[in-house]
Order: sequence, then structure tokens, then C-alpha cells
Amino acid sequence: MSISYDMYQEQILDHYKHPRNKGPLAGATKNARDSNPLCGDEVVLHVKLDGSERIAEVKFEGQGCAISQASASMLTTMVKGMPLSDAEGLGRDAVLKKLGIPLSAVRLKCALLSLHVLKLALGQKTDVGT
Amino acid sequence: MAKPAKILLNVPAIKADFPILQRTVRDKRLVYLDSAATSQKPKQVIDATSDFYSRYNANVHRAIYELGEEATREYEGAREKVAAFIQAKSPSEIAFTKSTTESINLVAYGYGVKGKIQKGDEIVGTVMEHHSNHVPWHFVKDHKGAVLKYVDVNDDGTLKMEQYDELLTNRTKIVTVTLCSNVLGTINPVKEIAKRAHEVGAICVVDAAQAAPHMPIDVQSLDADFLAFSGHKMLGPTGIGVLYGKQELFEATEPLLGGGEMIREVHLGWAKWNDVPYKFEGGTPNIAGAIGLGAAVDYLTKIGMDAVRGHEMEMTEYALEKLARLKGVQTYGPKDVNKRAGVVSFTIDGAHPHDIASILDVEGICVRSGHHCAQPLMERFSLPATARASFYIYNDVDDVDALVAGIKRVQEVFA
Repeated sequence: MSISYDMYQEQILDHYKHPRNKGPLAGATKNARDSNPLCGDEVVLHVKLDGSERIAEVKFEGQGCAISQASASMLTTMVKGMPLSDAEGLGRDAVLKKLGIPLSAVRLKCALLSLHVLKLALGQKTDVGT
Repeated sequence: MAKPAKILLNVPAIKADFPILQRTVRDKRLVYLDSAATSQKPKQVIDATSDFYSRYNANVHRAIYELGEEATREYEGAREKVAAFIQAKSPSEIAFTKSTTESINLVAYGYGVKGKIQKGDEIVGTVMEHHSNHVPWHFVKDHKGAVLKYVDVNDDGTLKMEQYDELLTNRTKIVTVTLCSNVLGTINPVKEIAKRAHEVGAICVVDAAQAAPHMPIDVQSLDADFLAFSGHKMLGPTGIGVLYGKQELFEATEPLLGGGEMIREVHLGWAKWNDVPYKFEGGTPNIAGAIGLGAAVDYLTKIGMDAVRGHEMEMTEYALEKLARLKGVQTYGPKDVNKRAGVVSFTIDGAHPHDIASILDVEGICVRSGHHCAQPLMERFSLPATARASFYIYNDVDDVDALVAGIKRVQEVFA
């Protein structure tokens, strides 16, 4: 896909301007934070599991570009209510498919920061390339 | 309205010398506004570099044969050109390094870590330095117990000179400052800073990475003790840098790299250093890079550094005036173009600098975004990042107009 204004589709801008699940989360059982050293984008994820190993609640905090923050917002909508094992199996392709925008190599790091932080929060090895 | 620019430079003729400026980016005219990161190269520099490889490639200072003589002559010729470019007393006060970063590290290591700096000695820097003029001094703190102090900046991006006076003590051994900020464009009063440093017996180390390409530099008038800059920001190749040092200070500085070239004699377990500046040039140097830098100096000298500076002042004035008229756009640094260079950092309400740079990229416009390797300064202004446009001899008002149109496009996307 070519680099164009497609990167800033309505859906991305909507999540950037009106982020879902943003803020602190009382009683979170899994938390992680990381930043993108190149850009300074920052994402913090808070996860709360229910009794049946399901992600009952998830919230994010952070700052940065539209791509990093919209992808964090979209990721929370993807994993909320998801069985832990499914969340653990979530890969970069699924996240990029959900974003559905053309990304250059540098902006890929912005887009995948939140997935990287999710993996950190779930205590998984992370190799999503941020 | 901005005044129409006086014709100081023949920009169309200059543009024609830069092969890369003939290309397009996604069918758009290339608008290159990131010369503070690295400049583009004229064909004269590219040809000088490729001539070396295609006509007289040989190692320098060793070969007896003709090619080696030619290579050495051109390499040392480049040193003479650089010395003249910054008004050094002698070419022996010019060492070639790989970058400004290496030049500053050489001073921090050779004069600081391995030199006379003692525990409790003070090094005064400023909060507006590039990381390359911060981190090497951290090494001196860590290895020698030196104390680091920093001059703050005013909100207008100028240094707090009265605070500088307060920081200077008889324990101050080194003052280090950028001649021109890579974020704010501020041109610092280095002559005055060096004078006050000398009054307390300190030396003054100057980062001229952003200054050497854009304004006349006279190291003797500045009375700088060391001065560092890079080739690639001043039309030259990457991988070649310069360290100027006063002869007696060069002699008092230990080398950073041990190896060939930098020695007079070597025995098992000990060696005697070569004369300055060769003792700083261990290993085969970047011969093509130095020759390319020499060609860049020729190119700039032919235009005249006063004309370069004058052109960029007009560009900056035009850009600041245009950007000031855009609602929701902030610029940083001094408003007076006499006090600043053609580096214009800006932010747009509601749009992150990376998104600004991405959208401008779609329009073929190259700007930098991020913290510009100056995180302490960004923290001082509570900015996570800025976008930055920077000008050089091949830019004209059309480029500024393209930037302004691009910024309006960003505002539409993020409206």
C-alpha cells in the first residue's frame, strides 16, 4: 500500500480524538508501560482478569502520535472480554489488520507499541518489533 | 506582508548543482527542509569523492608511490581548506574525526577522562545542548567525579547569561556550549561565554555542528579552545567530522584511538604519540570524506558565508512571519532573526509532530519530528516533541509556501 492520507482514515482519527477505555484502572492485576525511544510515544496498559481467566476490563494511558494512541484505543476494544489465552495469542497481523492502514517501517513501531505493552503486561516474551 | 527577499543567492542555479533536488517524491516536487539533520550534496562534492576512488585511491601518509602522494596531498589539502574556513592559525589545529559526536568525545576523553580534570572540578554546560554535547561530559563525571552544572534558557530561547556568571567559580575547568541550537535556532554569544570562562581559568568547548554550515566562523575571534562540527551538515559526506583545538591544548589532549597513523614509535608495551593533529587520527582515516568536505568548503566559500547567512536570515524571517499568521501554530526560539539561525521548531494544536511529519511527507515535504536529540531542552519547555523545518542555500520562499500549505493540510486532517 502506498503512503498517503489513508493513514489518517476516519476510524483512526476517531479513536485518536475520542479514545476508548482511556484512564487509570482501579484493581488492575496486570500493568505495563513502555515508550518508543525514537518518537517518545508512550503507552501504559492496565488489565483486570475475571474469575474465568477472561480480560474483564482493560484501560490505557499514554501520549503520542495519532497512530500510537489510536492503535492503543483499538487494541483495548479488541481484547476487552477476550479469554486470556486468546489475548496471549494475539499477533501483529491481527492488530495491523484491525488498523487497516498503510504504514511505513517507522510508523509500524508506533502502531505496534500497544501490542508490545500488552505482551509485557501479560508477562509474555515480546517480539512485535517496537 | 513579508518583504520580497533580496537576491543574495542564485537559488535556481544552486538547486541545479544538487542532483537529488531534481527528483520527485510520490510525484510531488521534493521540498527538503531537514538540512539541520543532514544537508544535501552538490555534484561538486559527489564528484570529488568519486574522483578519489576512481583516480587516485591509496592510503595516506604511507605510500611512496604517486597515487599515495596524490591522496595525501588532497587529504592534507582538505585540512588546509577547513583551517582557512574557520580562521584557524594552522592546519595542525584541525583533526579529522568521523562526526561532531566523536570530536566532542575526543575532548571529553582526552582532555577530561584521561586528562587533568580532578574530582570536584566543575564543567558548565547548558540545557539547550544536543545529546552529543551532554553525554560525553557524563563520562567525565562518572570517571573523574567532575561536577556538572547547566545554564538554563529564558522562555525566548536565549541563555540566562546572568545565571552563567553565577555558575562560574574557580573550580570551573570546562565550559561547553553550542554555537547554535539545533531545536531553537538560538545563536549563543560564544565570544562572551568564552571570555568569561577564560577569566576563571576554564577552557571553552564549542559545538558548531549547526553553526559551521550556516554562518562565518572565526575561531580566533571567538577565542574558542576547542570547536567541533560535521561534514555532512555542510554539503559534505557523512562520516567526516572536524575537531579544532588550539595548538597547546591539542598537545595537552590524549588520543581517543590507539593504532596506526597516530604513533611516532611503538614498542612492546609502550608507544610514543605522533605530532598533533595526527595523534588523534588512529587508523586509516575517511580519506574520501575529508576530500569531499574540502570540496564542500570550496563550494561554500565560493558562495560566501556572509551570503549564506544573509539568505537564511531572510528565509527564517519569511517563515516566522508566515507561521505566525496561522492560528493554532506555535514556533519556538528567538523571534529576532539576528539572534537565530534557520532552524524553526513548531507545533500544531491537536496534531502530534509525527503526524505532522507524516502528512507533510505525503506532500513531498521533509521535516524532522521528535525530540531532536535534545531531551533536556524539550523537558525545559514541557514539550514531548516538535516538528522542525530547517533551511539551507538551496531553499527558497516557494519551499516555505509549500510548508505553509502542508501545515494547513495537517490542520484539515486533524480538524
